[in-house]
Amino acid sequence: MFQVRFHGRGGQGVVTAAELLSVAAFEEGKHAQAFPTFGSERTGAPVTSFCRIADEPIRTREPVLAPDALVVLDATLVNQVDVFAGMRPEGHVLINTSRSYEELGLERFALRFRPERFFSVPATELALARIGKPLPNAVMLGALAAYVHVVSLAAVDSAIRDRFEGPTADRNVEAAREAYRYVDREFGREVLRASPD
Amino acid sequence: MLRQIEGSRAVAETVARCRPEVVCAYPISPQTHIIEAVGAMVKTGELSPCEFINVESEFAAMSVALGASAAGARAYTATASQGLLFMMEAVYNAGGLGLPVVMTIANRAVGAPINIWNDHSDAMAVRDAGWVMLFAATNQEAADLHVQAFRLAEEVSVPVMVCMDGFVLTHAVEPVDLPEQEAVDAFLPPYQPRQILDPDDPMTIGAMVGPEAFAEVRYLAHARHLQALRRIPELAAEFGAAFGRDSGGLVRPYRCDDAGTVVVAMGSILGTIKDAVDELRDAGHAIGVLGLTTFRPFPLEAVSDALARAGRVVVVEKAFSSGFGGVLSTDVAMAGIPRPVEVATVVAGLGGRPVTKAALAGVFEDACAGRLAPLTFLDLDTGVVERELARMASERRSGPSAENVLRDLRARR
Repeated sequence: MFQVRFHGRGGQGVVTAAELLSVAAFEEGKHAQAFPTFGSERTGAPVTSFCRIADEPIRTREPVLAPDALVVLDATLVNQVDVFAGMRPEGHVLINTSRSYEELGLERFALRFRPERFFSVPATELALARIGKPLPNAVMLGALAAYVHVVSLAAVDSAIRDRFEGPTADRNVEAAREAYRYVDREFGREVLRASPD
Repeated sequence: MLRQIEGSRAVAETVARCRPEVVCAYPISPQTHIIEAVGAMVKTGELSPCEFINVESEFAAMSVALGASAAGARAYTATASQGLLFMMEAVYNAGGLGLPVVMTIANRAVGAPINIWNDHSDAMAVRDAGWVMLFAATNQEAADLHVQAFRLAEEVSVPVMVCMDGFVLTHAVEPVDLPEQEAVDAFLPPYQPRQILDPDDPMTIGAMVGPEAFAEVRYLAHARHLQALRRIPELAAEFGAAFGRDSGGLVRPYRCDDAGTVVVAMGSILGTIKDAVDELRDAGHAIGVLGLTTFRPFPLEAVSDALARAGRVVVVEKAFSSGFGGVLSTDVAMAGIPRPVEVATVVAGLGGRPVTKAALAGVFEDACAGRLAPLTFLDLDTGVVERELARMASERRSGPSAENVLRDLRARR
């Protein structure tokens, strides 16, 4: 079973991100379950959502306590919410930011993980450029597909098209693809840096 | 067709395929997605003929459903928590009159303190209202139970509540094989009312009944429940043959055959319980699970049979009766009467508290070792409770407990 936890703020599409990932996994023949933590949703409030992907039917209903991958849609949350709770050093962290870890106070968290397992993507900038709105959720799914290969980019495309229509779908698919290429490129460099020999 | 779909959406689409003719509801979390989706289908004409009636309260929602049902229409509504309690008088009337309304409950805690999250307090509060009460363990079952609910309700002339855990199921996206329209039509014939308000053949429904016949009319409602008890497994079998899935029925035993300890529960918590029980089985404990799909009528015999070989029974429930303990536990203990077993209650998941496999495995291990207390509140923060009790003991004007507890938690974070 592969477990993903999403952190973001109300209005960023945190719940939709988990749902889209589950649809992508479903389309690839996997069993998947997505659900939110159930706050009184309001714009800007911290929101958490979960997605489990497995080859077998999923029975558990407990929140994802020890994620295999963590997707943070708003990096400023690290100072407000214990987003790294239950993360093992071998887990994958994907953070939406174009700023440096130093600027955000992220270095102390980054030190806990292997360098290639703590990765950032400027998803909001990509979303603004491609979608015209600061909605990083679909973008982060494209990035996640490149980062942990738990679902294919084609499945992410298809999940986005299943949910949205017309230009909104097209733009989100484009943004997700660009994020995929970004991670593919930058992640390759990161791995090279981490293992110079 | 198997789809990756939100629980509320799956239920809404299934309800639409049951062709309700009148739908009325008042929005309340976590039920709202269901009724919004049904409303949208009425508006687009996807669900037709159907009248969607906006009402001003839950009391009106149930009253309109009653009226529609008495006029011979297939009527549906959905609610939760305070909404269910607000419609209480009409809920009892539906039960007493034997009008086959079907209602989804997106189970949620009842205030105070106000809380929008899941537990079973709302359903337990209407336990005695004369409704058949079915509990879904998964979204697949939630969808399937609605098809069976309409058939059962109309056949037996009894209202049916389908309970599904609010948020945990209603807001979860998972695979659901939605019952196909043709198969639903074949399974669910048009409604043939036993009693109908018809201007061409005037009659009254809802006579005042005095001491001379009240007990008899009430007994007849009980008799309808006993009839439902016989029909529920038959309908589940018929559903299984038609849809190729095992859904509904009275109880669902899991690894019970040689189990010395059996865990009894209802609803979505059964999934996590089964995972915990598998772990304990791997560690050599003879433990099993009995899931209850039907809570009213209570399947005494089926529960008794399933617990016949168990030495210990642990009832995990998402509600409790202040000053006493478990609600479901009381019924389960009744089933054990031929050969009394030790029944322990574990109250879990109140007000949306996550129930983890680790916490459940802990109490199940205690149960297997014979050291589980008769009443346990899972993961209770006793420190917070003790400090509030101390405040109350030390000063008369200690203030509201809810606010004190929240302040205490914030200070210690």
